Amino acid sequence: MDDAPAMFELLNISPQALFGQLLIGLINGSFYALLSLGLAVIFGMLNIINFAHGAQYMMGAFAAYLLLEYAGLNYWAALVVAPIIVGATGIVIERFFLQWLYKLDHLYGLLLTFGLALILEGVFRNYFGSAGLPYRVPDELAGGHNLGFMFLPNYRAWVIAASLTVCLGTWFVIERTRLGAYLRAATENPTLVRAFGINVPRMITLTYGFGVALAALAGVMAAPIYNVSPQMGSELIIVVFAVVVIGGMGSIMGAIITGFGLGIVEGLTKYFFPEASNTVIFVIMALVLLVRPAGLFGRAR
Amino acid sequence: MTSVAQPVPAALPTTGERSIAVAFVIMVAALLIAPSFIYPLFLMKALCFALFACAFNLLIGYVGLLSFGHALYFGWASYISAHAAKVWGLPPELAIIAGMATGAGFGLIVGALAIRRQGIYFAMITLALAQMMYLVAVQAKFTGGEDGIQAVPRGKLFGLLDLSNDTTMYFVVVAIFVGAFLLIYRIVHSPFGEVLKAIRENEPRAISLGYKTDRYKLMAFVLSAALAGLAGGLKAIVLQIASLTDVNWPMSGEVVLMTLVGGLGTVFGPMVGAFIIIAMQNYLASFGQWVTVIQGVIFVVCVLLFRRGVIGEIAHLLRIKL
Repeated sequence: MDDAPAMFELLNISPQALFGQLLIGLINGSFYALLSLGLAVIFGMLNIINFAHGAQYMMGAFAAYLLLEYAGLNYWAALVVAPIIVGATGIVIERFFLQWLYKLDHLYGLLLTFGLALILEGVFRNYFGSAGLPYRVPDELAGGHNLGFMFLPNYRAWVIAASLTVCLGTWFVIERTRLGAYLRAATENPTLVRAFGINVPRMITLTYGFGVALAALAGVMAAPIYNVSPQMGSELIIVVFAVVVIGGMGSIMGAIITGFGLGIVEGLTKYFFPEASNTVIFVIMALVLLVRPAGLFGRAR
Repeated sequence: MTSVAQPVPAALPTTGERSIAVAFVIMVAALLIAPSFIYPLFLMKALCFALFACAFNLLIGYVGLLSFGHALYFGWASYISAHAAKVWGLPPELAIIAGMATGAGFGLIVGALAIRRQGIYFAMITLALAQMMYLVAVQAKFTGGEDGIQAVPRGKLFGLLDLSNDTTMYFVVVAIFVGAFLLIYRIVHSPFGEVLKAIRENEPRAISLGYKTDRYKLMAFVLSAALAGLAGGLKAIVLQIASLTDVNWPMSGEVVLMTLVGGLGTVFGPMVGAFIIIAMQNYLASFGQWVTVIQGVIFVVCVLLFRRGVIGEIAHLLRIKL
């Protein structure tokens, strides 16, 4: 480690800027992981790719903003309340719209949720305009620490830690608990699980609600970092689709690792080849398709 | 796996072909007299999108592949045609061919990558690669960024026909549209097209019969992208502009919507859908952002209640093929 500064000097690398970009990469990776995790959970149960996921992430951010403006609820309350509200709208969507599509080709699920995304984004744009609305970092997390090699804002450290915790918690519930065992069983063979007296349709509804709530939680955490704006979700969701193609949706842990990993790669690219930073994930997707068509963690198909 | 397109049930092949022939004659007649009643610029724009939707329908309707990134071929072709006509000074026919070649080239690359995965992943891959090329278009110098390429010269077709006259331009557009329409019909009803439909209905079975389905899918993808490129190049010449709107993801969604509204897998559906959506955008333009919301609502209603689309419903009611 003593040689590190010398090496940085040799390669003409500024460690401050490099670690700064790595941090941004980890932040982006947190959101990729949370969103692709939600997509994978929803796809597992519903066989639907939720195109509205980006819009629901945006709704989470707006919920936090509106709760602060009109209900006086601070960030910490919004962190709990916003996902519940947005998750509830997800449950309504599942009951009214999605439940009719399970027997059809899954392309229809994609088209329907794409329509929902257009509606949600359009409505928010009508009422709030395209310009971003600011959301303040909560006082408890203002400021930061100087680590010597870089400055670490407290809020960003919190986002990375919190999303990692939520991701691993979700993984634990799905892979290691009885509830998760029911979920996995219902994914494999819903008819058989119903025969054991488990209410599978209700489980599907709640799964969608939970996946949407995860997106909203990501939105609340994103609000102080990016501005709150109606189009914040639509471009993110396309990148998350690429993340999902790279990782494959078969594995929960795969989604988490791919999400964080690609965030870091993107951060590094931003430092070394800034002009390629916003396309690097798509390039990686193309390479993965050439080398491992099923995705890094995907089963065949 | 159920097929996306809803085949029209049990009509004799002869009545099927007759109903299509009658509808085709009506369509051509309507296109010939339409400029007496409707603003030609609107008609030309709608025809470019109709061609775009027909190209898209070739994939979703007959091979069952949902490409969510067709704006890539349309938009990039429109940039290349506009650049060829304006900067290189090529005549319109060569500019449009350059656009078409652009569409085919991108189609070959994206298609080869995307057919490595099935179903829902196919849609996500095409969308992601289209978004990548959108970001490239944003950064590239020749595309003119937010301004796009404006004041593209229409020029003289084959050095003879002056296209700056809207009526002349209109009939050239009609000729190209009808030509491409017949080409697509021919493709779909050729032995090649029959294999495509077999792949849509049951791919493993087509493979077991000895067809190299990946080659057929790639070929269909390239044809669809090339025709989308033709539509994009034509649009650049007609409207004399190429912009980021044409290459961004909402445009990919719009062509899906047009085809869905008209009827997936029908011969005339994409064209009717394109006219409906373009007319709606024109008449509702004063509602601003609500147009997006209305499009979203149409998506939801079509998927839930109206999966056959306008033409599909009519064909179903009359028990004919359209």
